[in-house]
Formats: sequence, structure tokens, C-alpha cells
Amino acid sequence: MELTRRGAIALGAGVAATLVLPIRAMASADAAIAEFTGGAEMGEGGLEFITPEIAENGNTVPIEVRAPGATAIAVFATGNPTPKVATFNFGPLAGAQRASTRIRLAGTQDVVAVAKMADGSFVRASNNVKVTIGGCGG
Amino acid sequence: MAEGVRARVKVPGNATAGESVVIKTLISHPMESGQRKDSDGNIIPRSIIHRFVCDFNGQNVIDVKMEPAISTNPYFEFEATIPESGDMHFTWYDDDGSVYEKTETVTVG
Repeated sequence: MELTRRGAIALGAGVAATLVLPIRAMASADAAIAEFTGGAEMGEGGLEFITPEIAENGNTVPIEVRAPGATAIAVFATGNPTPKVATFNFGPLAGAQRASTRIRLAGTQDVVAVAKMADGSFVRASNNVKVTIGGCGG
Repeated sequence: MAEGVRARVKVPGNATAGESVVIKTLISHPMESGQRKDSDGNIIPRSIIHRFVCDFNGQNVIDVKMEPAISTNPYFEFEATIPESGDMHFTWYDDDGSVYEKTETVTVG
């Protein structure tokens, strides 16, 4: 196959698009996380984030967050069309800073939990979940 | 989507003062994400429950902001401290303005 100028441009555009798309998805997840933290630095530790290693059905993936001393925990799915998943705000009568629910994942991706501690600091935990069947329809 | 929405909660009827009890809630709701298309290729509009609140005797236990990534029939499990006898009040807020409520009584004895 001879590579024409037109062909080379089309090929270049295709490569650029495949490179840019995942980066854009990550950027919107980072923006959603920054919205929650206000751009603050995030530490590690003190936040337990339980997700399955492999989820057969992306429509209902069980997750659990646990962060003693947190006032709020937010969960983000970096590979979903809209990365925000849920924000748990714990009130004065919360027995433990723990919650579990079921979420949708569009495909294999990193799922991020960010906890806001009582002193105003933030900690982050990230897990990779392999999804066999995506859960966003379409 | 206010038809057929049924909330179920599991709260222990008895507790000791200051005990932390596990609460489970499930509400039937399609949680239409706004990402799906129908057979004609038109986007099905978003219709979800966007907030869930649990209070005990007027004091907040948990307040969850929900996004379309929460699965159909939203399920939550969490813990609540029971300082005295009283009512545990659960509220779900739908996109269409509907509010679903449920109350359970916990006795400290």
C-alpha cells in the first residue's frame, strides 16, 4: 500500500483521536475530584475502599467505603461518561464512617474514593475493577 | 417515574443506648441514567433518585448525593448510633420532584 499525503493525514488524525479520548475522560474525572476537594492535596491511608477485582456485570458492582473520622466520602468512576458516582455525608449520629452500595461501571477502569477528614484534609484510594459486561447501555 | 416505587428498610427494633446498628435500605427505582438510547436511537431522558437522607429523632445519620452511576434499585448499607428510643426517618428525593418516605421505630430497652 502506497502512503499518500491524504492517507497520512487521515491516519494521523485517527491516532491523535484515540490518544486524546482516554485523556479527556481522565481529565473530567480529575475535574470532578478537584470540585470535591477544592484542589487540595490528597494523602494516602485511613480510607478503606473495597471493590471486586472482577465485576461480571457492570450494571451492579458492589462497593464499600470505610474511613474512620471522615465527614464525607466521594466515589468517582474515572472511565464512566459522567465520573461522579455518589457522595456520602456522615451526620452526628453516624455509627461508623462506612457505607456500601451498588454502582454502574461502563467498562474496566480505575474507581477512586476520596475522603474528607474532620480536620479538613483529604485522603484518596483507587482500585482497578475489571468489567466483563459494561453497564451504561447505549 | 413515581409509579411502583417501593422502599424497604431493615432496622433492628431494639437496641441498647449508644449502640451502633447496621441499617440496610433498598428502593425500587429504574434510575434511568440519561445515557441509554431507545430502539429508535433517541436518548431516554435521565430520571433518577438524586438524594437519600437518613435521620434519627431529627439528627442526621447520613446524607447521600446520588449520581446516575448508582445502580437500578438503589441499595445502601450504613451504621447509625442509637442514643435513645425514637424514630428513624428515611427520605428519597426523585428528579421528578417526588419524595418517598419511610419511618421505623427503634426501642432502647
